Amino acid sequence: MKQVTRRTILAAAPAVLTLAAIPARAQKKYGPGVTDTEIKVGNTGPYSGPASSYSPVPKSIVAWCKMVNDQGGVNGRKINLLSYDDAYTPPKTVEQIRKLVEQDEVLCTVGTLGTPTNSAIWQYMNQKKVPQLFVATGATKWDDPKGHPWTIGWQPNYQSEGRIYAAYLLQEKPNGKIGVLYQNDDFGKDYLKGLKDGLGEKKSMIAVEASYETTDPTVDSQIVDMKAKGIDVFVNTAIPKFAAQSIRKAAEIEWKPLHILSSIGASVGATLKPAGFENCKGLISDFYLKDPSDPQWKDDAGFKEWSAFMDKYLPDGDKLDAGNVAGASLAAMTVQVLKQCGDELTRENVMKQAANLHDVTVPMLLPGIKANTSPTDFAPLKQVQMARFTGERWELFGPLITGAVT
Amino acid sequence: MELLLHQVMAGLATGGIYACMALAVVMIYQAIDHLNFAQGEMAMFSTFIAWQVMQWGQPYWVAFAAAVVLSFIGGVLIERVLFRPIHNAPVLSSLVAFIALFSILNSAAGYLWDYTIKTFPTPFGHKPLLAGLADTHEAGMIGVTLGLLGLLYLFFRGTRLGLAMRAAAANPESARLVGIRVGWMTALGWGMAASIGAVAGMLIAPVVFLEPNMMLGVLLYGFAGAVLGGLTSPGGAVLGGFAVGVIENVAGTFIPYVGRELKLTIALVLIVAVLMVRPSGLFGRSVVSRV
Amino acid sequence: MSPPADDIATKESVPFVAAAGAAAPAEALPGAATGWLAGRHLLIAAAIAVAALMPFFFKSFVTFQLTQVMVYALAILGLNILTGFNGQFSLGHSAFYGIGAYTAAILMHDYDVGYVWTLPAAGAVCFAVGFLFGLPALRLQGLYLALATFALAIALPQILKFGPLEHWTGGVQGLFIDKPDPPFGLPIDSDQWLYYFTLIVLLLLFLAVRNLARSRTGRAIMAIRDHPIAAAAMGVNSSLYKTLTFGVSALYTGIAGALGAIVVQFVAPDSFSFLLSVSFLVGLIIGGIGSIPGCLVGGIFVLYVPNIAESISRGLAGAIYGIILLIIIFVMPSGAAGFVRLANAWIAGKWRPNPTARSTLGQPRR
Repeated sequence: MKQVTRRTILAAAPAVLTLAAIPARAQKKYGPGVTDTEIKVGNTGPYSGPASSYSPVPKSIVAWCKMVNDQGGVNGRKINLLSYDDAYTPPKTVEQIRKLVEQDEVLCTVGTLGTPTNSAIWQYMNQKKVPQLFVATGATKWDDPKGHPWTIGWQPNYQSEGRIYAAYLLQEKPNGKIGVLYQNDDFGKDYLKGLKDGLGEKKSMIAVEASYETTDPTVDSQIVDMKAKGIDVFVNTAIPKFAAQSIRKAAEIEWKPLHILSSIGASVGATLKPAGFENCKGLISDFYLKDPSDPQWKDDAGFKEWSAFMDKYLPDGDKLDAGNVAGASLAAMTVQVLKQCGDELTRENVMKQAANLHDVTVPMLLPGIKANTSPTDFAPLKQVQMARFTGERWELFGPLITGAVT
Repeated sequence: MELLLHQVMAGLATGGIYACMALAVVMIYQAIDHLNFAQGEMAMFSTFIAWQVMQWGQPYWVAFAAAVVLSFIGGVLIERVLFRPIHNAPVLSSLVAFIALFSILNSAAGYLWDYTIKTFPTPFGHKPLLAGLADTHEAGMIGVTLGLLGLLYLFFRGTRLGLAMRAAAANPESARLVGIRVGWMTALGWGMAASIGAVAGMLIAPVVFLEPNMMLGVLLYGFAGAVLGGLTSPGGAVLGGFAVGVIENVAGTFIPYVGRELKLTIALVLIVAVLMVRPSGLFGRSVVSRV
Repeated sequence: MSPPADDIATKESVPFVAAAGAAAPAEALPGAATGWLAGRHLLIAAAIAVAALMPFFFKSFVTFQLTQVMVYALAILGLNILTGFNGQFSLGHSAFYGIGAYTAAILMHDYDVGYVWTLPAAGAVCFAVGFLFGLPALRLQGLYLALATFALAIALPQILKFGPLEHWTGGVQGLFIDKPDPPFGLPIDSDQWLYYFTLIVLLLLFLAVRNLARSRTGRAIMAIRDHPIAAAAMGVNSSLYKTLTFGVSALYTGIAGALGAIVVQFVAPDSFSFLLSVSFLVGLIIGGIGSIPGCLVGGIFVLYVPNIAESISRGLAGAIYGIILLIIIFVMPSGAAGFVRLANAWIAGKWRPNPTARSTLGQPRR
């Protein structure tokens, strides 16, 4: 038997120390809402009210989590997602979020939808130190690690998209006369601001700024107005209904400007088909998610995965609705964060992992686009790619562009 | 000057939609003596029924007829089941019933047919007229609206049934005394209102695209047009609808700086201003009460 | 001599005036209480005591919900003063609520005014706006007045989002407000303090309305609602009272808005759409037009029923909400206050079938 000398002890020390260290890492640390078999998370969304057309987003997040649970969950734990209706009214959001945090004691929130609604709970979540993960809105302000370390954004923000259009225009049509159609609320105004900031001194290219309200029946008169004023570049940041109306009206009055559609209004099934494919040739847009109604993705593995998910877990869901793609992708990214947490499922670690995403992809992201975050960068998706509509499908062109709002 | 003309024409085109809705609102008001807040949703739901029938393979006119007939039945049922039991309650209570109906129809439509916009065909086609300021469908819509207006005028003024309905709405007690079945008159009124709404919806959907929230704005503008024209005057309501469309466009374009973002506000302010001068609307009859 | 045919076209104004009258509250007339409501003072004291103890039995967020119930009840009370007591129909109270909320928010955000002072400020601003609105509204009746007030409700979010005003209103992004701390270092948390603060304000304002209803002014206001011509013939200055009522009604709802802003700590233009006006109206009707305690029922309804609807079916939440509305209005056509009055009369042995029908020959069926 070896004698226990000072040398053996010293030799064994590192091994002993390592052995002592390992149990500490494999130890389970649970925050609120977590047990050995369950992770409780929450969100709010507009299931009713005038913004109910966005309800596919929270619905698909719920369904995706169900699918993940059926496949075994995250590290053996099932995700229990409590999703409440806030009817897109900020006071209701505050009430439901407080319920989730104080009564249901969820670990974090995931994909809460809307800018005013998320704004209402912004301070509360940060004061209570509850992770507000992947807010489903494109406002720029969520990327604020210093001021609001518990809130993290998700999609490329509207201002950066606006800047990307500006950069494209300065290159393609530097002497154009621009008309902008925007929704008279936070998202529309953000696009406009991004466009103006991107144009810089050439801001004066914008000759018409036409807004609309969601309660307006049509935007036909705005289109007529733009043609009459000689606009030859049309930046159309409208939602599908009004985007389709503008495309159709423009074709009717034989107005053919350089027509840029924002990613919000660019779905083949939701916008272009109702507007009439023959009227859509030459449209320009930007994408970060695959358009499920675009035939080019028919055999794509990611699309097939999403399509199977929709068939099984959201059979009544509309496959043409981009909200179902956004929600599913958002949920998939959340699952990634929870996976990265391992057994240390505390609120602090959730936030840490959310700020620690490296080249993460989910099935419906465009090829090449990856999510990246760091402790100083709370904007997971920053890249988009431009595309041109051929009359049948969107043809991607150019490099992946990173929209930056400094 | 040319821009003004453009905007006036565009305003008349949109105004056609409002006029159609305003007519429906006023006709219903004349028949059932209530302002039907759920009118837009009923019209939307009827249009979805027509769309669904077309999805099942039927041609347009079959779907059109189906929607009109089913809406009529639906209207009668709504009156019998929903409003009859509370007809003795304070009038504001029936307002709650209208709001409930609105909520149910809107939610059900979203559940059944989703929120993606759908195209709805029109028998008039979409060919441009007047150098693109209007199109054949919009002209057709205005034509149908005016035709309906004429028909309803003849019905209410010229037929016994129409007279009986007006009597039942205006003075139920006296109407009963002369043998008019007031309950059935009201039900008939509802049925007609629902059918007119269905027609309005099927005329409007080709322009704005069919989706569950398509009628909210239209109803508001239609209501404004009806009030502007005078709730007792169907012709006034139609004119009011056109006027609202034009005012909104012209105000939005020509009032500098402010007009762009406050279009709707300005339109409504102007309407209220008109009401100041003529408190019962441009063509409405003024209230005369006996002490 | 039969009336000329044109007189039949009196539909517009009579409905709302008479409807409100048909639901005239017993509480507005002193000495009208019967049955078990006679012990009402004890009942009220007990209710206040229960209300005062509630924050200690519930979690913070329930206290937050109850505070919001009181805020809505106060807003509905404002609407009640106009529609219930004075018979003027308003679809525009979301505008007064919003103006009150933004007044409080701007004062606290930009000028560091203490939250307590924002309430009278909001009240004053809203009184002025309401009074000024009431002046031209004198010429309008019934549905025409409804449209005018509706215009106000639509205008407010647009004005709040309006570019040049963004500097003050925060535009579409809204304004944040800090939560007030309990004063004098009381051993309660902010939620509980806001609850008590709101409760005190509510009780004071409820008391004020009750006194108003029983005063000469109150009777004049209600006389205008029931028989405007007779009232004018008796020397009641109709125009003055109607505009004053508009002002006071706006004042109440404005104070509610200010409280609401402080409680939620955030204001944004889209929180104050005309749908909020519709909610207030629904709450008013469910609680009982013209009933002061009914406003609390209305507030409870506005806050909790959407939650109940959602828990039954999230996908069809709106439809369930509508169905619940219908059930309530079938069971209680005159609102909760009407129901209580009926129950009370029944208990006191005075029940008669169909007491709310006003079936007089020659008059419209309303």
